[in-house]
Amino acid sequence: MIDFRLLLAVTAGKSAGIASRISRRGGGTTMPGVIARRIDPGALRKLVATLPQGVALVSGTNGKTTTTRMIAAMLAADGRAPLHNRAGANLVSGITATALDGASLAGRSQARIGLFETDEAAFPAIAAETGPRLVLLHNLFRDQLDRYGEVDTIAAGWRTALAHLPATTTVLLNADDPAVAALGAGLDARVCYYGLEDVRHAAGAAAQIGDARFCRACGAPYRYTALFYAHVGHYVCDTCGQARPAAAYRLERLDLHGADAATLCLTYPGGALELRLPLPGLYNAINALAAIAACLELGVPAPRIRATLERFGAAFGRIERVDAGGRPLLVALIKNPVGASETVRMLTETLNVERDTLNVAYGTGLHLLIMINDRYADGTDVSWLWDAEFERLGGRVAQVVVGGTRAADMAVRLKYAGVAVERIIVADDPARALDTALVHLPEGTTLYALPTYTALLDLRAELARRGWVRPFWED
Amino acid sequence: MDKSAASGYRLRIAHLYPDHMNIYGDRGNVIALRQRCTWRGIICEVVPVGPGDGVDWETIDIAFFGGGQDSGQALIAEDFLERQGPALRAAIDDGLAMLAICGGYQLLGHYFLTHTGQRLPGIGALDVYTVGGNVRLIGNVVVEVAAATLQTSVAPDPHAGPIQLVGFENHSGRTYPGAGVRPLGHVLAGHGNNGEDGTEGAVYRNTIGCYLHGSLLPKNPQLADHLIATALHRRYGNGALLAPLDDSMELAAQRAMVARLLVQR
Repeated sequence: MIDFRLLLAVTAGKSAGIASRISRRGGGTTMPGVIARRIDPGALRKLVATLPQGVALVSGTNGKTTTTRMIAAMLAADGRAPLHNRAGANLVSGITATALDGASLAGRSQARIGLFETDEAAFPAIAAETGPRLVLLHNLFRDQLDRYGEVDTIAAGWRTALAHLPATTTVLLNADDPAVAALGAGLDARVCYYGLEDVRHAAGAAAQIGDARFCRACGAPYRYTALFYAHVGHYVCDTCGQARPAAAYRLERLDLHGADAATLCLTYPGGALELRLPLPGLYNAINALAAIAACLELGVPAPRIRATLERFGAAFGRIERVDAGGRPLLVALIKNPVGASETVRMLTETLNVERDTLNVAYGTGLHLLIMINDRYADGTDVSWLWDAEFERLGGRVAQVVVGGTRAADMAVRLKYAGVAVERIIVADDPARALDTALVHLPEGTTLYALPTYTALLDLRAELARRGWVRPFWED
Repeated sequence: MDKSAASGYRLRIAHLYPDHMNIYGDRGNVIALRQRCTWRGIICEVVPVGPGDGVDWETIDIAFFGGGQDSGQALIAEDFLERQGPALRAAIDDGLAMLAICGGYQLLGHYFLTHTGQRLPGIGALDVYTVGGNVRLIGNVVVEVAAATLQTSVAPDPHAGPIQLVGFENHSGRTYPGAGVRPLGHVLAGHGNNGEDGTEGAVYRNTIGCYLHGSLLPKNPQLADHLIATALHRRYGNGALLAPLDDSMELAAQRAMVARLLVQR
């Protein structure tokens, strides 16, 4: 029987998307979904039901965009280019819009498999509508507390959603994040863990804030034999015995190569894999581990995984390299304390590597452009700047230009982190901030830009205006 | 700047439950106190106080108690009431300089009445009580504080105008001040204590409770210096002087938010 309601929803939604693109009012990444759902609230459920290989969902506070893109690239290399919300619209409306875009006018999905990056708070609703075959939950940190509420609130929502998944669903969880790993207990779904085994990456006595350093079962403090960052590491509760679960997908050995790359050695049930990932930093290696685990679960052969990841380019603003009129610019989104701390750690370690390998007496330090906005999508509360470890920048900054709607707050944060006041320049609007940062940039030096989400959009628009990048929605 | 007056001072700052009560960037307040002491040559020691830790409150000059997740607050409430409550209350009565924010503010009061009718006791050091609400009060706040509330010297300028503090509130509890405290100030923008009476925060002796995250002290150097000066006077006598700092960056951030919020009204 023909579902006229769905057909009408698909037609109306697709028309809205086309209209939005023609009028160039930006992407049209969610409005078609909103319109279609108003006509047929079951539109997403019906559209994804036509995907022969089902749906995989990826969620987590940090790294979900990069991880999902890695999975998409590997599935595409395997001849299964997924239906994927690549432009990053990860609420129910955005995912519905993606499903509409990938559907025929008859309301049938043209891809074989769906892959959706999923907002943490929207995950329960999206899981209920899409009935995923695979769920990947990556990590859980404080993020936009004004919008999401506490970490515990998100975890409670995830727990309820996972409890509804049947035994045919596979749930992949990060063993190293206790807030995520504890969700694996008592589910009908099949649960599998991945984790970093190379404890050389344990941070020293870092003063970083953790959101789940207390036993998820009994509340006693975890004892960490290795703490990688925030509350992520190898932990055990000496009071009740709750501990990090054994990982099936294991990153046995990880060697980081500055701001360029990392070498990963993994083992998994029935095999092993070694590859060179062309992305820097601990967290990108862990993103790759998660993506590899998901792809092995989805049946992508190991050689194809390796070949794809060794050529992988970063997502929109996630450690993205841009040629800024002949000057190297590296853009890394920062949006919450843990992500910002890890990005700063990566940059300062890069500085150390450059000093060591080139043996150059720099004495100058990093050139930075930090842009902090407090619009709704960034979180209107900028308190999080004080939970991030900007202290690592003290004594390592040649010049930092701060921009965005909360530039003045960021300047204060850097001052109290130990950055000399005379090295901090406040420049409000994106064009002026970019110009100021570039004009002081010595030949051959990289400018590191760290924008929040909407500041990234502003920066991206400015770079596009100068012809240095394409607008994101054509990405 | 009178460096000889500033050097030689030592202050001990107790940071209550930093591993449990650390949401919304509240540790920035401790960073601000430590840096503003260090920049003046005041030797500053931060003492983290966790569950089970004994504290000799006689040796503490400034105490800070921030907000936490509900789970974090539940884990420390009993320890705080039983282990720290009586001695901390005595220290507060004795003039300890203290700042408590959000969950910490509520725990200094008489009790928190949850929306299920449960009565969670506080230590009663501040004459306030809190009632759980259904809607969270979230957003930027400007609070006007009388100059006399935030003095940094024992002979304050009688002509000084009020000070506008900026912060960010995110709370469901409604706190009602009693006769034993005076409000920290009045909200020019935002909800404040309870969204009803226009007040924000509570002051008793040298202890301040409020709902202002942000972090509060880095962007409001007048309040940070008030706490440091109060602590210096209590430890070293009224002759102790607070050397001035260049606060142009901090005040620019404060003014930017005041201008944005008060123009919007």
